[in-house]
Amino acid sequence: MLEIKNLHARIAEDGTEIIRGLNLTVKAGEVAAIMGPNGSGKSTLSYILSGREDYEVTEGDILYNGESILELDPAERASKGIFLAFQYPVEIPGVATMQFLKVAMNEQRKARGEDELTTPDFMRRVKEAAAELKIAPEMLRRPLNVGFSGGEKKRAEILQMSLLEPKLCVLDETDSGLDIDALKIVADGVNALRSPDRAVIVITHYQRLLDYIVPDTVHVLYKGQVIKSGDKTLAHELEANGYADIIGAAA
Amino acid sequence: MNMQTGMKLSVAETALCEAYDNAIGELPGDGAVLAARDTLISDFKAAGLPTRRVEAWHYTDLKALLRAVPAFDPAASVAKVGPLVEGSSVVSVANGLADARATAEGVTVRTFKDALVDGTAAAGLAARDGDDAIGRINGAFVRDGFVLDLADGTELEAPLEIQTIQNAGQTHTRFPATFGANTKATVIERHVAGGENAAFVTTVSDITLADGAEITWIILQTQGAADTHLGQIRITLGTDAKLRLYVVNAGGKLVRQEIHVVVSGEGSDLTLRGINLLGGETHTDVTFTVGHDVPNTTSSEVIRNVIFDRARGVFQGQIRVAPDAQKTDAKMSCNTLLLSDEADFSAKPELEIFADDVQCGHGATVIDIDHTQLYYLMARGIPENKARAMLVNAFVAEIVEELEDEPLVEALEGIIAAWLEKHA
Repeated sequence: MLEIKNLHARIAEDGTEIIRGLNLTVKAGEVAAIMGPNGSGKSTLSYILSGREDYEVTEGDILYNGESILELDPAERASKGIFLAFQYPVEIPGVATMQFLKVAMNEQRKARGEDELTTPDFMRRVKEAAAELKIAPEMLRRPLNVGFSGGEKKRAEILQMSLLEPKLCVLDETDSGLDIDALKIVADGVNALRSPDRAVIVITHYQRLLDYIVPDTVHVLYKGQVIKSGDKTLAHELEANGYADIIGAAA
Repeated sequence: MNMQTGMKLSVAETALCEAYDNAIGELPGDGAVLAARDTLISDFKAAGLPTRRVEAWHYTDLKALLRAVPAFDPAASVAKVGPLVEGSSVVSVANGLADARATAEGVTVRTFKDALVDGTAAAGLAARDGDDAIGRINGAFVRDGFVLDLADGTELEAPLEIQTIQNAGQTHTRFPATFGANTKATVIERHVAGGENAAFVTTVSDITLADGAEITWIILQTQGAADTHLGQIRITLGTDAKLRLYVVNAGGKLVRQEIHVVVSGEGSDLTLRGINLLGGETHTDVTFTVGHDVPNTTSSEVIRNVIFDRARGVFQGQIRVAPDAQKTDAKMSCNTLLLSDEADFSAKPELEIFADDVQCGHGATVIDIDHTQLYYLMARGIPENKARAMLVNAFVAEIVEELEDEPLVEALEGIIAAWLEKHA
């Protein structure tokens, strides 16, 4: 589903190279965890996958279902089924959460040549998905992400993900700022989306989230490269020994 | 013609003087009203239209900007429009003539023409000061309008909408309104024009809120792209009175809306919210002055401007705090979303504070679309043009929503969305 080949990328503004020859393959149905110390390029990778303009790809390619997505803008990527759950969801005062959800769902449907949702159908979907994630209706009446607690913002991201039904989900440190109850709710939401035709990339610092969202593969990112890949036991190894051994072995 | 100091009259000045000579026989009122009109027009002839050398008009050089004034046009269309909010009581002035009718219990509506004819309007016709070009022109020419009176304790369920419909020619209207003690009401002062022809509109409203009145007054100006709108609203707030004044400009070529507030009752509060949607070649000026004359009063002003194309916008905001007006709390901000390199906005805040125990502040910002917000919306599949429109809309919707009156908020948001669809 996703094939990243020898990717090099830098910050557009100052030219700092962050991703330096990254290779990664994620198959449909797979849950891949990406771990790594601070500054290894994890969040940058998630932004590049979503098409954020602040980063420039200088070499290599990203293939999604066999096609390069480098020329696509974030909206085009999203309508093709790529979803990034933000580490820091953006507050947008003046945009009502419900209006945003409706526009996003319908714009994606339009881009795929599907009919727009009727209002009752839309309301029903939101209501059901919100109940699953224990999101109170009051929260949905507020402007997008405005005044949401850290945990509420993360749950709102997962709500968007379950409503938009993407094919490739990228979760950028979705566990940060969550207490254990919220973590379980979020993990249940993600697990509910696991399916043979969907891939999930979980970016995290900690093993903790991976106890709830059990990965098929684990990749260690360091200085903009994947320096080691393995199965879920690799995450336990990292939890026990830290990154130093692996970084030392790769150097 | 009384030409002093050899000043050369501009085309527009000449047109106004001639229009006065032609119209004076038909303008309502005699005696004191006529005398007031003559004084105003002779002052106008002496001073002419203000130029940038007049401080209050520094950013809106009316003499240079007002190139022509259309003659009165008895044939101008008077087609009515539906109310902004379903269920409102509507009174309208179409091509200068008012259609007063009963509205609701506790509300008296008379035509301003009646007040001119019986002379009760005479005292209010004087200009505010020597630089009051709007007061002068309007006072000289005013022909009709409405005199509103809400009896003490009246609470209106539905909004009262006052329409000025002017599709061509000129009109000069007044809307003096007295809100009795503890009244509650929403008034929508709406200026519409549908035609291609240039219309010239002046309007003055004198508003008095008695003790404890809580009033929402909305000025919605959606005139045509060739029109001139010169508006002035003068407000006096009594003890514990609360006024929410919204000014929405979404039309017109040359627009000046003046707001002059005297806060003369303790415990009173003024909330001013301005939305200027500027596109094409418009020049739109909102000029605001507030005088806090007594202790323990509050005012808050937020102006949001969205500017496209080659539009120019001006906001002048002056807060005066009298020596006795301790514990005044006044905050003013002016935020501009500048969406074109050729557009321009000038903001001039002024604070004149003579009391020592007050909180007063002002701030002005000019911003572009927030790129992180744009990226976030696009990352959810919303195409760039649509995402931009949502963010522009959000910039102004935020203050519309403060009204917390669902039908009114929806109606205003509809006007804003329609305007953005045309201009963005």
